Amino acid sequence: MTKPLIAVSNLYKRYGSKTVLKGVDLTVDEGHVMALLGANGAGKTTLMRIVAGLVKPHRGDVVLGGVALSKAGAELRRYIGLVSHLPLLYDNLSGWENLAFFAQLYDMQQPEARIEAVLRAVDLWQRRRDGVRTYSRGMVQRLAIARAILHDPPVLLLDEPDTGLDQSSSQLLHDLIRQLGAANRAILLTTHNLDRALEWADSVCLLHDGKIVYQAPAVNLDGPALRRLYAEADQL
Amino acid sequence: MDQHCAVYMPKLINCKMTNISLPTDPIAATPTPSPLAMGTVQMRTGGGAAAYLRKVWAIASKDLRAELRAKEIFSTMATFSVLAVIIFGLAFDLRVQRSAMVVPGVLWVVILYTGILGLNRSFGAEVDRGSLSALLLAPVDRSAIYFGKVLANLVFLLAAELITLPAILVIFNTNLFQTWVLVGLLLGTLGYVSVGTLFAALAASARARESLLPILLLPVMLPVFMAGLKLTAITVDGRGMEELQRWVGILAAYDLIFLTIAFLVFDMLWEET
Amino acid sequence: MSTTALPRRIAVRANGWDFAQLLLNLLTVAAMAALMWAALVYAKPATNLAGTEQTAQRIFYLHMGCNIGALAAFLMSLIGSIVYLITRNLDWDRVTQASIEVGTICGIGTTLTGAIWAKPTWNTYWTWDPRLTTVTITLLIYVAYLLFRNGIDNRQTRARFGNIYAMFAFLTVPMTYYSARWFRTIHPVVFNGNNPDAQGGFNLGSTMNQTLWVSTISFCLLFSALMIMRWRQLRLEDRIEAVREELE
Repeated sequence: MTKPLIAVSNLYKRYGSKTVLKGVDLTVDEGHVMALLGANGAGKTTLMRIVAGLVKPHRGDVVLGGVALSKAGAELRRYIGLVSHLPLLYDNLSGWENLAFFAQLYDMQQPEARIEAVLRAVDLWQRRRDGVRTYSRGMVQRLAIARAILHDPPVLLLDEPDTGLDQSSSQLLHDLIRQLGAANRAILLTTHNLDRALEWADSVCLLHDGKIVYQAPAVNLDGPALRRLYAEADQL
Repeated sequence: MDQHCAVYMPKLINCKMTNISLPTDPIAATPTPSPLAMGTVQMRTGGGAAAYLRKVWAIASKDLRAELRAKEIFSTMATFSVLAVIIFGLAFDLRVQRSAMVVPGVLWVVILYTGILGLNRSFGAEVDRGSLSALLLAPVDRSAIYFGKVLANLVFLLAAELITLPAILVIFNTNLFQTWVLVGLLLGTLGYVSVGTLFAALAASARARESLLPILLLPVMLPVFMAGLKLTAITVDGRGMEELQRWVGILAAYDLIFLTIAFLVFDMLWEET
Repeated sequence: MSTTALPRRIAVRANGWDFAQLLLNLLTVAAMAALMWAALVYAKPATNLAGTEQTAQRIFYLHMGCNIGALAAFLMSLIGSIVYLITRNLDWDRVTQASIEVGTICGIGTTLTGAIWAKPTWNTYWTWDPRLTTVTITLLIYVAYLLFRNGIDNRQTRARFGNIYAMFAFLTVPMTYYSARWFRTIHPVVFNGNNPDAQGGFNLGSTMNQTLWVSTISFCLLFSALMIMRWRQLRLEDRIEAVREELE
């Protein structure tokens, strides 16, 4: 199946006098995991926020599953899950309460079973009653991922989900992504770690200075080659 | 349930709603595939008033519950109001013949400033922590966020007022637990909080937001301030009903008009962010 | 977008609008000069007043004028904010901003002239007269608007938030006016034998009437001239910003 679930075309975004995105085109198909690489300031987070519907681009459009974000933004939110580098969680509530709150916002019926399933999937079931304030950085990140998949969105946007994760949590995340991707979802993730990108993703693209300068399936690349490309892009 | 997907996402994958099966091993370290397969989440269809109110209540109760744990907003507000009453008590001591003369002013000034303390927190913390983005990501009508916040702020301020009134009783020897004063407090606080929540949301995007909020809010609060003052003064002085009605009318009109307009306008705030 | 190649010599030509502006400005100067003459020389002194009070009465013409200016600014900015929120055309946002800036000046003028006039007439600088209260509140709202705009960097957000605040704030002003009217008890407080509810009273003779008209017209012209100049300035500022971004 090569139905594009996320289709970004000609995206422009300007903040004040700085143009962050200068005509970005991107497609992610169903069941596909794409890794977005780029240096800090290349525009990765902005791109993610635009695709999530939080920011409006100056030009260009985002089409999710055939429906344009600019036309049906409000309804499409139900089908998007975002993990951002800010945790987007409430410190004073427990892990369970955080998820229960979001379940209410997403209008989920009898969410308890789902919350339990998701908490077990990210291995936070034991700590579900503890305040998020007491969680380690890795645990917070895992809860954020749990929140993103809680309502089972077909479109998953993960902005640097592996920051702050130790080896085992990282492995957990890798398994999760594999499973989620296999089940007909489209996943767009950003990362700094080139090796992880190759391991986790089906294809890789490089964002430099607001434009996609390289895009290829992961099987055609290897670590050194990508590193060379990364360095080349830096000199562009 | 299938028509839910068909209505909103006609070209999207088929949503298969299967039953969720929990993992049999309760201490499962590895994630089981079934919860993560597509189509295992059941969501309520349609929207309508009931869903809207549920979300408003969810947001309000989240704020209230978070506050019960942290105890930061209410305690600062209550402490500040008692402190302010004491300072006013000292300021007017021996300068006024009857302390009941200054009590309406003291009450309402203290409420105005206490309210600002609470309002600053309501959006400030959300923006800082980024949880506001989470709220905006959810399929929630923006106005529901507004009403949820108004409800939570209303409860906080009313609770703080319940501490202020006894403080005034002790320091100024005037009993404010009378019907029309309380009516004025209720309606006035509602008006204050409805405009204040909107302005807090506006100010949250600006620099120096804590100092900006009182400058934005106080001039606009004058009708509420004057009406509340008058209601309190009339009751304390023991005067007649006709005057009371006029001021209650102003408060009710203010509340109605500005709640409605804020509700209509709140959507526009988040267009870019 | 590729950078635009600039011609080596840029011809700056004054167009028809600039001449119209110049005409308006000259007219305003003439009108204000006429007002000064009318207020100080032409208008006959108030017959029922005496001494400093009589001379001070002449401030009234300036005071009225500033009031008209502030009122015109108020209405213009209300129109500007509502139209902007409907059309999202930044020109209307500039209308709001320019009107409010000029209105702030007129408002400060009203309050100051009023205070200076009040001292010899009512023996106090201030009173809770509803009109005075309303003008002061409007002034505070204006200043808050300017401070608010100053604190937001993003152009679109600044326009949107500024106009939402402006619209909201102005809608409260009528309520403030009526509340202030009813705020005073039915027994007016008396200061030193003067009743502040009666305008420090004098009857309007014919010369005074004419001077009042001159005042109204000249302050309306002043408001228009200042506002339009400021509006054009804001447009140019935004254009410069846009060109700067294109060049980057």
